[in-house]
Amino acid sequence: MLIDEAGGEMSRDYFAGNDADLVRRKLIEKIIEKLLMFSAGISILAIVLISLFIFAQGLPLISEIGIRSFLFSLDWSPSRGEFGIGAMFIGSLVVTFSALLWAVPLSLTVAIFMAEIAPAKIGEIMAGIVELLAGIPSVVYGFFGLIIIVPFIRNNLGGNGMSVLAGAFILGIMILPTIINISRDSIVAVPREYKESSLALGATYYQTISRVLVPAAKSGIITAIILGTGRAIGETMAVVMVTGNAAIIPENILFPVRTMTSNIVLEMGYAVGDHQAALFATGIVLFVFIVVLNLVINILKAVKRNENI
Amino acid sequence: MGRKIKIKTEDISVFYRDFQALFNINIEIEENKVTALIGPSGCGKSTFLRTINRLNELIEGTRTKGQVYLEDVPVYAKDINVVALRKKVGIVFQKPSVFPMTIYENVAYGPKIHGVKKKNLLNEIVERSLKAANLWDEVSSRLNSPAAQLSGGQQQRLVIARVLAVEPHVILMDEPASALDPVSTSKLEELISELKKKYTIVIVTHNMQQAARVSDYTGFFLNGYLVEFNRTSELFVNPRDKRTEDYITGRFG
Repeated sequence: MLIDEAGGEMSRDYFAGNDADLVRRKLIEKIIEKLLMFSAGISILAIVLISLFIFAQGLPLISEIGIRSFLFSLDWSPSRGEFGIGAMFIGSLVVTFSALLWAVPLSLTVAIFMAEIAPAKIGEIMAGIVELLAGIPSVVYGFFGLIIIVPFIRNNLGGNGMSVLAGAFILGIMILPTIINISRDSIVAVPREYKESSLALGATYYQTISRVLVPAAKSGIITAIILGTGRAIGETMAVVMVTGNAAIIPENILFPVRTMTSNIVLEMGYAVGDHQAALFATGIVLFVFIVVLNLVINILKAVKRNENI
Repeated sequence: MGRKIKIKTEDISVFYRDFQALFNINIEIEENKVTALIGPSGCGKSTFLRTINRLNELIEGTRTKGQVYLEDVPVYAKDINVVALRKKVGIVFQKPSVFPMTIYENVAYGPKIHGVKKKNLLNEIVERSLKAANLWDEVSSRLNSPAAQLSGGQQQRLVIARVLAVEPHVILMDEPASALDPVSTSKLEELISELKKKYTIVIVTHNMQQAARVSDYTGFFLNGYLVEFNRTSELFVNPRDKRTEDYITGRFG
């Protein structure tokens, strides 16, 4: 009886005594919440405004000359009012895919080595070095390409050196870190039980890697490749410096090429009127590319989630 | 009918860098019996289990001293083929480790890596293994759905089917029921009793009732030492060591 009363008293005190404190804490909570919302709002607003601006600048021109002739016409002569980015459109694709062609197999091999074959400590150190590779400014890559790669191609393979090949080489190096580190992370994230189970069934190391670990990390690896692709398509500075920038469709990999990003950066300084609009329109095409790539990544993630249920 | 020894260990010690996890373990494990290893967490029972198929060496910094004989063949001899050894000794882990593939592919994985290519033969092995693991009736209509869709208990039996598919001689189980509900656990224990007719089974468990229910022999591990090893009926009724008695009566652990 006595104890009960004392207990009741205590709990009343407990709730009453904290009123002021509770109000203060709730207020702080509210302020922080608003602050976070404000920050998020500003960054979203910035993205929306930039997108709107690009589309407002570029879209009228595209609708005027038609999406098909804008994308596929090979006639780019702004002074005569001809705005076809066909050569640049194909140029971007050619340079990007040539870069992927050698960078993807190399990156995956390196990622597997780092994740599974090298001792954990060495894997970590290598990841750090690869990370460093990602931090080098693109102009430095471009400079390296211009001084070393371009003359090498000119002297050994012919042409003037400024070429698809030089671009693919430099771009490939630039996307290595993206593909290597994301693939490595996804391979490392495969549960240890998979590896042990496979080996315990008498599989060799190679069988375990190729039949269990890599398939289990598949969606992460594809994400890595897509992010690398995005980086390659969007890269500008290094590409401008080594590809020669002729607005033609290259006949082979020793020909010069101009990408969409190069097109914008080379001509923006003096473009006015329709010419400027055409450069913004080129930006829209790049924008759509990146959005599609991101969509694919999100779809992959959703598929992966469904598989795991 | 003489006892036939399947696995024999000689002074097995395991070191993890500077830490010694096992001290001179000597055990003889009888064929077609279930041997349970019990003890508190970190006592070395799982480590001991993994010495039998040399899984410990996958962990960097691990050294093993002593010798394990499987069917009189020294497992830690220099010229041993680890792949062949592991084919003979299957293991089931605590967490059901089904691969992210279909039910069929999970079971067919082992035979495939060992070179079975004929579709008919694979089908046969998959069916036989799933039946032996008491899972066939539950999954026969959906062999091509992802294994991850199965319940925890079904996944654990699928892992056992995957082990059976490579026709091992010994099956190691590392706390196979600790993530399962009571119904799945009793199904698994039933399965263990059936499997011992054909296989030699070593099971690590922290559940003493389970050890008492399923096993013929029990070993009690403490701090890296094998304190006592005896027939299960003896060990639980007449423990010879004070520490064993304290543990099975719940005074620590």
